[in-house]
Amino acid sequence: MDYLLTEQQVMIRDLARKVAREKIKPIAAKYDETEEFAWDIVKVLVDSDLFGVYIPEAYGGFGGGVVDMCLVAEELSRACGGIALGFAGTGLGTFPIILYGSEEQKKKYLPAIAKGRVAAFCITEAEAGSDAGSIRTNARKEGDHYILNGTKQWITNAGEAEVYTVIAMTDKTKGARGASAFIVEKGMKGIDFGAKEKKLGIRASATREVIFTDCKVPKENLISKEGMGFIVAMKTFDNSRPGVAAQALGIAQGALDLAVEYARKRIQFGQPISSFQAIQHMMADMATQIEAARALVYATARMVDSGAKSVAKESAMAKMFASDVAMKVTVDAIQIFGGYGYMRDYPIEKYMRDAKITQIYEGTNQIQRNVIAANLIKESLKGE
Amino acid sequence: MNIIVCIKQVPNTTDVKIDPVTNTLIRDGVESVINPFDTYAIEEAVRLKERFGGKVTVITMGPPQAENALKEAIGLGCDEAILVSDRKFAGSDTWATSYTLSSAIRKVGLYDVIICGKQASDGDTAQVGPGISTHLDIPQVTYVKKIEEITGNKAKVERMTEEGYDIVETPLPCLFTVVKEINTPRLPSLKGMMKAKSAKITKWTADDIKADARSVGLDGSPTRVVKIFTPQPRKGGEILKGDTMDIAKELVELLKDVVI
Repeated sequence: MDYLLTEQQVMIRDLARKVAREKIKPIAAKYDETEEFAWDIVKVLVDSDLFGVYIPEAYGGFGGGVVDMCLVAEELSRACGGIALGFAGTGLGTFPIILYGSEEQKKKYLPAIAKGRVAAFCITEAEAGSDAGSIRTNARKEGDHYILNGTKQWITNAGEAEVYTVIAMTDKTKGARGASAFIVEKGMKGIDFGAKEKKLGIRASATREVIFTDCKVPKENLISKEGMGFIVAMKTFDNSRPGVAAQALGIAQGALDLAVEYARKRIQFGQPISSFQAIQHMMADMATQIEAARALVYATARMVDSGAKSVAKESAMAKMFASDVAMKVTVDAIQIFGGYGYMRDYPIEKYMRDAKITQIYEGTNQIQRNVIAANLIKESLKGE
Repeated sequence: MNIIVCIKQVPNTTDVKIDPVTNTLIRDGVESVINPFDTYAIEEAVRLKERFGGKVTVITMGPPQAENALKEAIGLGCDEAILVSDRKFAGSDTWATSYTLSSAIRKVGLYDVIICGKQASDGDTAQVGPGISTHLDIPQVTYVKKIEEITGNKAKVERMTEEGYDIVETPLPCLFTVVKEINTPRLPSLKGMMKAKSAKITKWTADDIKADARSVGLDGSPTRVVKIFTPQPRKGGEILKGDTMDIAKELVELLKDVVI
């Protein structure tokens, strides 16, 4: 389908596709097995200007928007949803600075990130998942610094990243209005990392605890003002959810690509299984669901780029729909591979393992439905 | 350092079809790309620029659409691009092509190093690189797999051979043809591609490079392609069976028959 991308967007998509095919696809299985972080791919992305595609030109990026970020996330995920997260997780960690950072913060951090300093976003804690209001990590002001204490859990890119945007409570009594966002650097005293988590999928992506023990952060590293933490986080998610949706979309597309290729080559009863209607209908459903997801993801990304005031509902829809499609399509893709699909020597089972996380992180799909419903009710009350 | 890279646009396929009547390549419907071996030449030139500073000029002889290959080369880091294009060049063999390219290089003037891919993936002759150096009367080192050092006006390079490699020291200017072992070509960058899109390609005709009309195109080409054909596949060998001593004797007799 033609999404009327600009000439520049086509260029970005094609280059990301080339990187995925030539550089990521050949090593995806290896990194899935070793669970290493693919620094060599980060370098390729930096050299090709894709790593900072969504960072404004004035700060060393390519000056693209959420659409461009989605195109890259989708294409990279077609080859490996885990390796793609080095890019997309950095986007999540960078958006607080792009959206709410001061001029000094932007000048200091964005060009470095565009050059391959990986970033991470730290909000989740053991007792604060979907219920982000229960965050316990706190930041106490002492002179020119904030002192951070607490433990963040399941942080994408943790340990590998140099730049961490962290949500911590500056005033517990104010509840959600008492949270603030900070930029913490890897080298600062008092920031440590837990052991690397062992995961079902996206195994090339590093997930660790981030532990703050009297971590001294200069007050210049407060993003926006005290109390803005949740607003920063929610606006960040509005911008980044289309990226997760695009990751899911890419995983689904990659699985369909493999399934169609396999169905054409696999001979049973003297003919390729792609000639059987049972397989054809599965492939047709998969392709249609993917195309519907793509239309929703691109439309949402464009809406974000247009500067629309509220994109919470659409972002939630895109993330929820695309990730549900990814789960369904990857399960069906294994079905087309039959017994071979269940074997780890074949690439398809990895797509199913990688797809699962997209229904869970950056807000479970149940939370996304809550967001969508809350917006529906609000709109109805307003008579919209 | 002034570096010149010579590239060629070739059909993007290893499964080229030959027109049985004209004995030339069928190019219709086949996408054109930079000759894969030339991508190593471009990469090495850009790396030399990054090591020693200077400028990379990329040159191709070909039809107007070869401009796309030159733009791609600019996206990969080349600074200037020249398209040598003229109807008079049609039908050039490797001798006429290397004469034409050397005439263009003379017009460029200053250069320290010329780099070519070891051969083109369509013609596979590996003659144009050496031909250019012969026309320019400068030294050549073929099958270069590493440029070790360049100091003053001397270069030390590793030249691949079947058994290993030679270390060759050569004065500059010199022409190198490079093998794929020399580097891993980078992918283009977005900023490079943006630059390539608006890049101005210099276009030179036969008159611009003061080429002798009798030395270019079909008239300047001593090669005549009489016939191109696919050789018959080799028949499988004969496997002798039985007692080792008997086989050995039989083998000796057979070898005597074929007169090795």
